[in-house]
Amino acid sequence: MAWILAQRAVALALTLLAASILVFVVLEVLPGDPALLILGVNAREDTLAALRATMGLDQPAVWRYLTWIGGLLQGHFQNSLTYGVPVDELLAPRLAVSLPLAALSLSLAVALALPLGVLAAARRGRATDTAILALGQLGVAVPNFWLGILLVLLFAVTLHWLPAGGFPGWEAGVGPGLAALILPAVALALPQAAILTRVTRSAVLEVLGEDYMRTARAKGLSRAAALWHHGLRNAMIPVVTILGLQFSFLLAGTIIIENVFNLPGVGRLIFQAISQRDLVVVRDLVVLLAGTVGVVNALVDLSYAALDPRLRHGADGARPDD
Amino acid sequence: MPLSFARGPARAVAAFPVLAAVLAAAISSWPLTARAAPPDSLVMGMVLEPPHLDPTAGAAGAIDEVVYANVFEGLTRIGPDGAVRPGLAERWNVSDDGLTYTFRLREGVTFHDGSAFTAEDAVFTLDRARADASVNAQKGLFEAIDTVAAPDPYTLVVHLSRPQGRFLFNLGWGDAVMVAPESADTNKTAPVGTGPFRLTRWVQGDRVELEAYPDYWGEAPALTRATFRFIADPAAALAGIMAGDVDAFANFPAPEGLIALETDPRFSVVIGTTEGETILALNHRNPPLDDVRVRRAIGHAIDRQALIDGAMFGHGTPIGSHFAPHHPAYVDLTGLSPYDPEAAKALLAEAGITPGALSLRLHLPPPSYARRSGEIIAAQLAAVGIQTEIIPVEWAQWLEQVFRGHDFDMTIVAHTEPLDIDVYARDGYYFGYKNPTFNGLIATLDETTDPVKRAELYRQAQTRLAEDAVNGFLFQLPKQGVWDARLHGLWHNSPVQANDLTGVSWSE
Repeated sequence: MAWILAQRAVALALTLLAASILVFVVLEVLPGDPALLILGVNAREDTLAALRATMGLDQPAVWRYLTWIGGLLQGHFQNSLTYGVPVDELLAPRLAVSLPLAALSLSLAVALALPLGVLAAARRGRATDTAILALGQLGVAVPNFWLGILLVLLFAVTLHWLPAGGFPGWEAGVGPGLAALILPAVALALPQAAILTRVTRSAVLEVLGEDYMRTARAKGLSRAAALWHHGLRNAMIPVVTILGLQFSFLLAGTIIIENVFNLPGVGRLIFQAISQRDLVVVRDLVVLLAGTVGVVNALVDLSYAALDPRLRHGADGARPDD
Repeated sequence: MPLSFARGPARAVAAFPVLAAVLAAAISSWPLTARAAPPDSLVMGMVLEPPHLDPTAGAAGAIDEVVYANVFEGLTRIGPDGAVRPGLAERWNVSDDGLTYTFRLREGVTFHDGSAFTAEDAVFTLDRARADASVNAQKGLFEAIDTVAAPDPYTLVVHLSRPQGRFLFNLGWGDAVMVAPESADTNKTAPVGTGPFRLTRWVQGDRVELEAYPDYWGEAPALTRATFRFIADPAAALAGIMAGDVDAFANFPAPEGLIALETDPRFSVVIGTTEGETILALNHRNPPLDDVRVRRAIGHAIDRQALIDGAMFGHGTPIGSHFAPHHPAYVDLTGLSPYDPEAAKALLAEAGITPGALSLRLHLPPPSYARRSGEIIAAQLAAVGIQTEIIPVEWAQWLEQVFRGHDFDMTIVAHTEPLDIDVYARDGYYFGYKNPTFNGLIATLDETTDPVKRAELYRQAQTRLAEDAVNGFLFQLPKQGVWDARLHGLWHNSPVQANDLTGVSWSE
């Protein structure tokens, strides 16, 4: 177990190093002078030079890379070029929007997909199964931003139940805060739930055909009890794998959904920072996202071990039925 | 042992009802009445969020759209008609040689931190803006200033090195607002001005909240609270105003949505003017665009009305030179380059260009006026035998490649600074126009203070540009205002980029 953890940590560190170099080089090559963007077309050359100097852009690239990475390792974030405040100060209120949004939509997706998937598998070939499969097909096909616009038209513009977009801030209360997140969370969750339902269904179907399920039924367990006690846990491994992959898509999805719903989250911050050439913010966020995806993938790997004891001892572990 | 099988999934399943309950609570606790705006507050929608709130340290129009006249004030101010009015200077004298301006400052003016505004603050502000280390985006506004002095707390004396006809107008720009030495460095996030509103909260990425400043020197505004909300997506903007989340958009980002709003009695739709001359800029460095016949041919190939109807949903005024139609010195020169494809073809033939042989790149920045106009212009040019390659770029790339690098043939952009015809006299400007006669006109204009003579010089300058067919002159960008029909006092036109809320009120 410790060996797996150590392997994972080294892989993550290497990934982050590669990501940091890649994003730094890409931002260097990308055309666009942040000083010119801030001061505009009437700025004089001496003013531009003065601003570049205050932003440290007159230093050589290698030096700028090293000070950036060195600072990050010590937990020190540089100032955003456009907002003029340290990136962590900028990031904290954005995470307070994006993390609850991601958690809410992931929970919604799981809450919808697991029962529906199991139900579809249990009723295989019957009307319920067909209906769930059809809905799932629709969910996969509908893009989340389009769904978001439809939800706004219905619940905000027509019914006035929920705000059309924006975020009042958590200090306005948990109720208004959650109300602002419901529609975007649903828009993000439904397409994911559709995929997850299909995966759950096929995973459960596969488990239902296994010998140990027949044995459990032979021991006198009802169909539902056998599925509950012996089937679900084994069916979870493909589901968790897909869930981990979906988390990365969720991060990408928030960039679009946060724009549709005008939410001040991490996705909007990245989007704005790229168009404003706020190099400092972009590179910190890219490394942060790469780190998040890496950690989630590691957690998915570790959860296999939790779900299946045979995987706990690595490749050389003895299989119980050997 | 079999029991442990159920533990993982069961725990996860147990969390679902909790989540559902939280969601239900959130929905039911959302107060429906919160949407009805009380008559003393306003929610104004804007497309772009200001990167920071210091108008003396950035070119972003969004900064002025929040703080100009609301949070910060200058010695003079630009009114809704574009004319210069007294601001923190209540009156002034100009010496006969036009070199010395003596301002009498208002007494009893305080900054939002409670400190008094005096002539020392004005000296600090002007010296800071023109210092070597200044990061003022419009440092050129202060170029003519030689010395600034404060003989007493309410008198400011400015000596110019040369007469400057626009000096009082320049002082009315957002880049020239008065700041205090104690707060100048922190104005980006904690703006401290002298205006009728002060900042209460900035939820970055979402909104800026202002409240009335109780110790304001002038007449208190009718609004006690004002919120600027930043909504970048046009569909979200339409949803926001239809749902009542937003009371007003000074400039609505989705012209296609205006049709629905115009017929809805809940809203006022007011189409006004801006300082934005939208041009098809031509790079004079690249042959054959250095040939005036080719440039005139391009002018004749463009059907301005088709462009306005197709790209701007019918809003916008055709222009024939680089000047705003609402200005008193405007001359309508569209007759010099009427839509005439046959004349265009004849001019191209005269310049020795065979139909279909000329291919030009057209760089289009992100705003919809540019992207949509570009598609139509490409089709209109094709009709006279000019091939066009459309290249969409983002602003950063436009500034780097087109504006600074001069690596383009044609581009569409709106020049939004007020009275910016003088950019045509700039050496090395991006479209590369060189005409000593025009430069002479601008130099004379700069030193002329008499309004009648200035107007005549402006007319001559406009005519010169139209005759030289410097660029394709398309249309004046409209200001598409949409607001709750019960709101009064919002500006109909935008002579400066500002959302002056001092005169805004609700009717019952």
